[in-house]
Parts: sequence; C-alpha cells; structure tokens
Amino acid sequence: MENIGALSILLAFCFAIYAVVASVVGKLKKNSFLIVSAERAVYSVWVLVTTASGLLIYSLLTGDFRLAYVAAHTDSSMKMIYKFTAWWGGQQGSLLLWSWLLATYSTVVVFMNRRKFRDMMPWVTTVLMVTESFFLMLIAFVLSPFAVLEAGRGNIVEGVGQGLNPLLQYWTMVIHPPMLYLGYVGFTVPFAFAMGSLITKQPGDAWIHTTRRWTIVTWLFQSAGILLGQGWAYAVLGWGGYWAWDPVENASLLPWITATAFLHSVMMQEKKGMMKVWNMVLISGTFFLCIFGTFLTRSGVVSSVHAFAQSPIGKYFVMFLAVGIAATVILILERLKYLKSEARLESVVSRESSFMFNNLILVASCFAVLWGTMFPVISEALTGEKISVDAPFFNRINIPIGLALIFLTGIGPLIAWRRSSIESLKRAFMMPSIAAVVLMGVLAGFGVWEHPYALVSFGLCMFVTATIISEFWKGASAIRAKDGVGFLPAAITLTHRNTRRYGGYLVHMGIVFMFIGYTGAAFDVNVTKEIPPGGSFALGHYDLHIANVEQGENDTYAWQRLTVDASRNGSPLGVLYPERRLYKASQQPTSEVAIRRRLNEDLYINFAGLSADNKRAVIQAYVFPLVSWIWIGFWVLAFGTIVCLIPNKVRLSYARTQVVGVAEKHAAVER
Amino acid sequence: MNTYWKFGAIVAVVIGVLTWLGMGGVNESKTYYKEIKEVKAMGVHADTERLRVNGYVQQGSIVRDGAKVSFILHETPGMLQNDPERLEVVYNGADPLPDTFKDNAQALADGKLGQDGVFHASKVQAKCASKYEAKPQMKTDATPVRTQARG
Repeated sequence: MENIGALSILLAFCFAIYAVVASVVGKLKKNSFLIVSAERAVYSVWVLVTTASGLLIYSLLTGDFRLAYVAAHTDSSMKMIYKFTAWWGGQQGSLLLWSWLLATYSTVVVFMNRRKFRDMMPWVTTVLMVTESFFLMLIAFVLSPFAVLEAGRGNIVEGVGQGLNPLLQYWTMVIHPPMLYLGYVGFTVPFAFAMGSLITKQPGDAWIHTTRRWTIVTWLFQSAGILLGQGWAYAVLGWGGYWAWDPVENASLLPWITATAFLHSVMMQEKKGMMKVWNMVLISGTFFLCIFGTFLTRSGVVSSVHAFAQSPIGKYFVMFLAVGIAATVILILERLKYLKSEARLESVVSRESSFMFNNLILVASCFAVLWGTMFPVISEALTGEKISVDAPFFNRINIPIGLALIFLTGIGPLIAWRRSSIESLKRAFMMPSIAAVVLMGVLAGFGVWEHPYALVSFGLCMFVTATIISEFWKGASAIRAKDGVGFLPAAITLTHRNTRRYGGYLVHMGIVFMFIGYTGAAFDVNVTKEIPPGGSFALGHYDLHIANVEQGENDTYAWQRLTVDASRNGSPLGVLYPERRLYKASQQPTSEVAIRRRLNEDLYINFAGLSADNKRAVIQAYVFPLVSWIWIGFWVLAFGTIVCLIPNKVRLSYARTQVVGVAEKHAAVER
Repeated sequence: MNTYWKFGAIVAVVIGVLTWLGMGGVNESKTYYKEIKEVKAMGVHADTERLRVNGYVQQGSIVRDGAKVSFILHETPGMLQNDPERLEVVYNGADPLPDTFKDNAQALADGKLGQDGVFHASKVQAKCASKYEAKPQMKTDATPVRTQARG
C-alpha cells in the first residue's frame, strides 16, 4: 500500500514536470498537440495525488501504525474525524494536502479554460505545474508521507500511536488549516494568469477579470482561516487571547494584507487603467508571501510557539523563492513598456488617491510585520546578535495603521473619482462626522478618554457605519420612491444591481464590527485566585462562587471539573464548568475553559489546576468586553464577500456609469 | 503645487511616522536571545536588557505559589541539581502558563535577570516534551500553545 502511495507521488512529480516541458515546448513550437497533452498531464497529476491522499487517509483511518506518519499523528482511541484531520496534522501530510489542493485548482483552471485564452493558457499551466512539481518533489524525495517505521519493516506493529495533540482536537482546528491552505494555494492561480499575460505581452486586464472571482474566493478562505485560528486560540488556549504576533500567525497575515491591497488596487486598473505595474507586484508578492508563509511554518527558521519541528526542507524553499522572485522581477522589468498607466493622478482629494493611501499603509503594515517577524534572522545576520521584537512593536505600528485604514474605509467609497470639491465632501461626510464626534463625546464622558486609541477607534467605527448606512439609505430611498416598495426589498434590489459595490460595503461593515471587537481588548479585566471549594471572589461586576470540584476519568483522559455559580448584584446568571484534563496517550494536560458569551462582554474562566496542597482551585478569570463582535464581524464579512460574487442583475438601469462599461468589457473578454 | 509633490509629501510623512513608531516599538520590546551560560556570564549588566532564555524544565522543580511560579531551567534536557548551567526562574505574569509547560518541557522565558541572580520572567512559552521529537525525520508538529503578557 505504502508503495503504491509513494509511487503515485513519484509519478505525479514526473507528470508535472512533463506538463511544464510540454507546455513550454508546445507553445514555442506552436504545437497544439503538445499543449493539449500538457493539459491532460495536469488531470493525471490530480488523479495520482488524489490516489496518494486517499491511501494516506485510508491508512490513518484504519490505524496502519507501521507507517511513521500514522504512528506519529494518530492513536487508536481517537475519533474518526480527528484521524481524518491528521492528514494535515503533520509536516508530510500537510505538504501532501498543499499538492492536492494545487492539483485540484489546476485541474479546475485548465478545464474551465480549455477553449479560452489559448495563447495564455500554456504559460498558466507552466506556472501552476512548476509550483506543483516543487511540492511534489518535497514529498517524493525529502519528506515522504509513506515512510515506514523500522519496527514496521519486520511487521511488528508498534504500540497504538502517539495521538494528535489534544489541544488540536477541537472543531475549528478541524477546518482552520485546510481553510488557510485553500487561501494560500489559491493565490497561485491569479499569479499564474498574471505571469501568463505578462509573458504573452497582453497589457490588458483580461487576467484581472478572469481571476477576480478566484481572488475573492481565496481571500475569503484566507480570512476564514485566520479568523478560525483566532476563534480556536480564544476558546482553547486558556489565556483568552486571539492574536499574539507569533511568527506563524504573522505568516498567515502577510499574504492576506497584500491580497487585500490587491483587491482594492485592481479597481484602479479596471476603471482608470492605472497602477498596472503595482498590481503585478502585489499579486506576485502575495503568491511569494504564501510560499514564504508555508516556508516559515514548515521549516522552523524562526522559533515559534507553534513549535513546528526543525526540518530539512528550509533550503529548498529558499531556493524556490529566490529563483521565483528573481524570474518574476526580471519578467516585470522586461515588460514595463506594456504596463504604462493610462491616466494621471489629478488631485490628492480623490478616489484614486484614497486607493493609493489604502495601498500604501497596507503595504507598510505588511512590511512592518515581515520585518518584525524576521527580526531575529536579520539582526543575527547584521550584528551577530539574535534579537526578537514582541507584541509592543507590532501593536505600536499596526494600531495607528488600523485606525488609518478604518478611516479610509469610510472616506474611500464616497469620495469622487478624479477630484472632489469641498462642497461634495461636506455633503457626504457632514452627518457621519457629527455622529462620530457625538459618540466620542458621550464615551469620553463615561471615562473612555483614558484609552485614546480606543476612543478614536470607536469614533471611526461610528463614522464608517454612518457612511455605509447613508449609502444604502440614499440608494434604497430612490428605488423606494420609484417602485413604491418597502425599504428592505429596495435595499436588496439596490445590492443586486451592483453586487460588488454593496457587497463591498457589507465587507467593510464586517471589518468595522471586528474593529469594535478588537478595541474591546483595551478594557479587559483579569484576576488570578486560589479559592477553596465553597469560596467566592469578585471580578468586575460579577460575583463568582466555587460550588464544587469533581473528578473522574474515561478512556482518553482524566478530568477535574469546577462548578462555578456566576451572579451579579445577587441575581444568578448561570453556572459555568471549567475543566482540566490529562490526556492519557500523550500525558498532555489541557484546560477546557468555560465562557459565558454575550454581545457586550464575555465572562471567561480558566481552571488552572489544584494548588500544591490539593485544597484550593487555581482560577484565572477574565472579562473580555465586545469580543463577540469579532466573530459577528467575520460572518458579516463572509456574507458580504459572497454577495460580491453574485453576478449583477443584467441591464443596469443607470446605463452610462463606468461600472456598466466595465461589465460589458468583461463580457466582451469572456466571449 | 504639483499633485505628485503633494502626494509624495504625504507619503513621506506617513512613512516617517511609521518608522518613528517602529523604532520606538523595537526599543521597547527588543529581547536578546541568550543561552543560560551567557546570561550567567553577563552578571550585573544583565539586568538592563530584556532577555529570552531557552532551556529544559528540571523534573520536579516547578513550584506554584499563588499566581507566582518558580522553576529551574537547564541547558540540556534531563539534568539535575548538580548541573552548573542552570537558571532559577520566577514567573509572575498575569496569564496562565501554557498547558505544555511541565516537567522536562522545553521552555522559553522572556524577562530580566535580577540582582539576586534569579531570572524574572514576564512571559513563558513551552514546547511539548521532547518525547515527540526523539526520532529524527519523524518529528511531530507539536503544540501551538502560548502564554503571553498583554502589553
């Protein structure tokens, strides 16, 4: 079995190489037979990698502990779903998942475009398959997922496996890695199209139109992956945080930042023909940051609390990145004359410049995060001294950047293209500004002025909310007046007419909600106590009473559980059960925190264990204001993104706006 | 004034402010990676800089006293009291220690060396015990666990 798996990977590697060679040769020699054969090779790669993945999953599910990978990442007592997720629980498996996802994406791309873009597609195939063969090379020759243990060679089945880390046995962890990977891998596709259009000297926006949906979908996957990670950290790790500026977290954030910048700056190219070089740079940057992120998490180059092992694959990634980046830079420089801007920046107060500022600070943030993440490596290379920077560095830079971004979120969509008059600015922003100032005044009265950043943040969130509501209000009112329907149907009609614009507003609204949640962190309260059963303590306006301590065990773990009665001003609010477990297979203790989630604040209790004399419970209790809005914001963001993907209702009634022009141009390209 | 000049001036201001913020952030939070013997050798100078020390938790050395936790780190795993390269650490941070922090675990302590020769940590991270990584080529992705003192 393991032989078939390893053979499939090896064959897939050969087919991927063949697809690259056949595409390039077929294109240069104008041999369409070779080009088609390359595309068939892509399908074969998918079949082979799927076979290998299927075999690995089968081994995991049936518990074939002769295989090193199975023994290291599962044990016989684990639930089926976690045995399945062990597919991406370790190095080899997750590289296999990467390859499988890319093979799947490539197959879809090749199939969907089998009659379109005939001049560009061979190059797209080439870029996709070069990347694919790199990952297949890693699992074929360096880190095979099908390696057999020494003990297994003599057919002596050793033990029951070491098990998946119990901290990872949680529902968001089941989907967090594949979500992130769907995002990471997905950016290979727009990158491949960008390179294809550069190589074939197509200056136009065909690659942007074709890959717009890809980009939005993969961006959504990435957002979901990051947010699931935050949700997991919050609910499982017991310190109530969701972001620690750890290198691995930063690695997932970096391409998300450049992708967000890309999603905005392509609008400049579509509408004005500007920033063509910049868009090339952004999409290439995003792709290489995705690879770089995989490299960071998989090579152990920067020590991380995520504790991924040191491994021999780092040097391959460095080589791939170096060659890839060099080739891309040379290609872009070579093709500069095809990427000339068609318009000039006319005013600092214009939609164009708001996009540019949005890009500037996103890229600055990306650079700062990258710099901070790589600081130990950079400082060691420059001074010989290994120095790391920590959360204060990231927060100092990124909090102002975040505030500036949220400000632009309010300004950008309402400001006119080309240039804006003072009058129109007044009309658009008077009410939102007043709303923001009033809110800030009220909050300051309640003492929020002690946290100036938080105060500004709330004010800006109000500002953006007001602009978004006014946009929906204006548009929907017009439809209401004309068609005589209610506000909600009018708003839906409005959104359907221009899904990108109004879906975009919804995404912005989601971001605002998330900012509200993040801002809440300024008001966290926490306390650590040792309390005997029957004792009580106060936290903020809560009174917490430890009613009981119980113990027990089952097949997988032993547990101790507290019963905590929460009340406020004497009125009971409910019972919480924080728990502490000791998993038997791995001897790993874990905390199961108890959270009382409410919209205004979460009450969060972690049972850290019994004190040395076994008589008192060590409890960490927290109040996290507004944290639920982060998760709400994510759902709004996801909904808005999906709205963006819905095609506009055909025959727009305001036929002369530029948006329609773009839609028609798009249709023309599709034909 | 030309639009591009105006734009350039704003860009310069933005970048300048961010650089200034970044430099402040670096100075506030820079932490030197040191080995235990280097920390010992630094002596009196060590109490001015934030340090990050990597080591293995001595079996049975973890003592909890309320929120305060003290333990002993060793350069090499499995060492006991007589090892000269060891460091007494006191953790007094607000957040709970990670679940992976236990006897023989590999731990990273961030903090400062006090005049008393005890290392005062404000943040402790821990990786799973080395059991998982015993066999080369078969390393396991251990635990994403952290504890962190919020700034």
